Amino acid sequence: MIPLEHDSLELALSARLDAGRRAWYDDAIARVRATPEMIATVFPAVGRGVGRGPLDPDATGNPVTSWSVDDAARTLLLVALGDHAESELEPLYRHGDARERRGVLRALAFIDLDLNLGLRLVDDGLRTNDVSLIAAAMGPFAAERLDDAAYAQGVLKCVFVGVSLTEITGAQERTTPELSAMLGRYVHERIAAGRTVPADVWPLIDRHPPATELAAIEAELDHPHADRREAAEAALAGRLPTNP
Amino acid sequence: MRIFDPHIHMTSRTTDDYEAMAAAGIEAIIEPAFWLGQPRTTLGSFVDYFDGLIGWERFRAGQFGIRHHCTMGLNPKEANDEELARQVLELLPRYLAKDRVVAVGEIGFDGMTVAEERAFAAQLGLAVEHDMPVLVHTPHRDKPAGTTKSIELVRQSGIAPERVVIDHNNELTYEEVLDSGCWAGFTIYPDTKMDEHRLVRIVERVGIDRLIVDSAADWGRSDPLKVPKTVAALLEAGIDEADVQRLVWDNPVTFYGVGGRLELAGDDQDGAPDPAATFAGNSILRGAREA
Repeated sequence: MIPLEHDSLELALSARLDAGRRAWYDDAIARVRATPEMIATVFPAVGRGVGRGPLDPDATGNPVTSWSVDDAARTLLLVALGDHAESELEPLYRHGDARERRGVLRALAFIDLDLNLGLRLVDDGLRTNDVSLIAAAMGPFAAERLDDAAYAQGVLKCVFVGVSLTEITGAQERTTPELSAMLGRYVHERIAAGRTVPADVWPLIDRHPPATELAAIEAELDHPHADRREAAEAALAGRLPTNP
Repeated sequence: MRIFDPHIHMTSRTTDDYEAMAAAGIEAIIEPAFWLGQPRTTLGSFVDYFDGLIGWERFRAGQFGIRHHCTMGLNPKEANDEELARQVLELLPRYLAKDRVVAVGEIGFDGMTVAEERAFAAQLGLAVEHDMPVLVHTPHRDKPAGTTKSIELVRQSGIAPERVVIDHNNELTYEEVLDSGCWAGFTIYPDTKMDEHRLVRIVERVGIDRLIVDSAADWGRSDPLKVPKTVAALLEAGIDEADVQRLVWDNPVTFYGVGGRLELAGDDQDGAPDPAATFAGNSILRGAREA
């Protein structure tokens, strides 16, 4: 997890830059401070300048959905733009490749911007099926700003494309009884299809245990078809014991 | 034998072609921005096309282990829509800055008009400004005159001639191109611009220095396997294997690698292709996904 302060992000990035990459980064920051429009050609070049490896070299999570060195540099470049950042965000996203787009989405929590602009970019990221964009879109900005219905759809999207819910900031706190029930219905659908269920849905379901859905899931343990019984057993095996 | 096809328009080819190319040993490609067979009428169509070259097409090639790169530019045919051309030229610097965009191109002449010349010169200027190589298309009609005029514009622009490849040469043009200091590209087509046996004769005459071989396969009658077929023809004609290797791998890597944007192997991101990967929701594995 990346602490949500510029200073910490800068420290984490500094630890990952050798002298050559440091020089590229310092020069890039200086250039966009002096001439904000330069961001249009600096932003795409960030990966070549600072690398694209994981920001936390000891991270064990999926590198596709975790912060990378270029994510951090892109966020800090946007922060360096100050008041100019907001007007550059949309064209950078519109003309960006996948890494630039995730860079914009990562930065949303770090800069002052119009709420609707931020929501529009998050919405676009969530509409793709690119796991790196979906994970970046479901960051702290989304946790703080999406309404309950949109946040629940975002969580469900993560489950469908395989973004681990343990990597989604604030998912526990944002789980409503409706989201717990939606995830319960998702688990039931998967069991009825004889398919597997990711274990990381259970903590969100058990946040507000949905009686109807849980009863339907448990009833699958006695289903006449063996594949459904087995799928139910496998799914429930991933559930941590809850307090009575 | 490592094989590079440095000019192929994969947007207009099928997934079966990628499979056959990978099987024939093609490891890396460059897809130059060009036209779509009919003129675009709005800037948005260019934006979406450019986004496709750095997005979906790169992903699709990666599914077969083929490294996809591209060039960005305003092609000569569409340079004739002057208002739209102005808008595209204004947009280009953003796209020239992207990863795996290795050159400005393909630019040059089609009907030798004033508007074409203006866009050509402006884009040679962009190449100088952004320190990038250039891919020049030569016209199908009146090719020798178009080639001479292209060399003249290259000279006037101040770009180093060794940063320029002039493509689609034939027996009447390549010597002038090589004499100018530019690289000479040969597009091996099923029956028009140049075929592999005619290329053998040229290689026997001038060797392989500053020569580039490509298929330029597109939505017309063309063959995405022409580079491997040329390899076979050269070897059969007794050309030294090391020279053939330099022609179809080292030469394009040398020419297009100058800006450090070729990503050929062992990059931080891209290892072996992941057949289950999806791009923006579209998997090429129709119906075969299982979470």
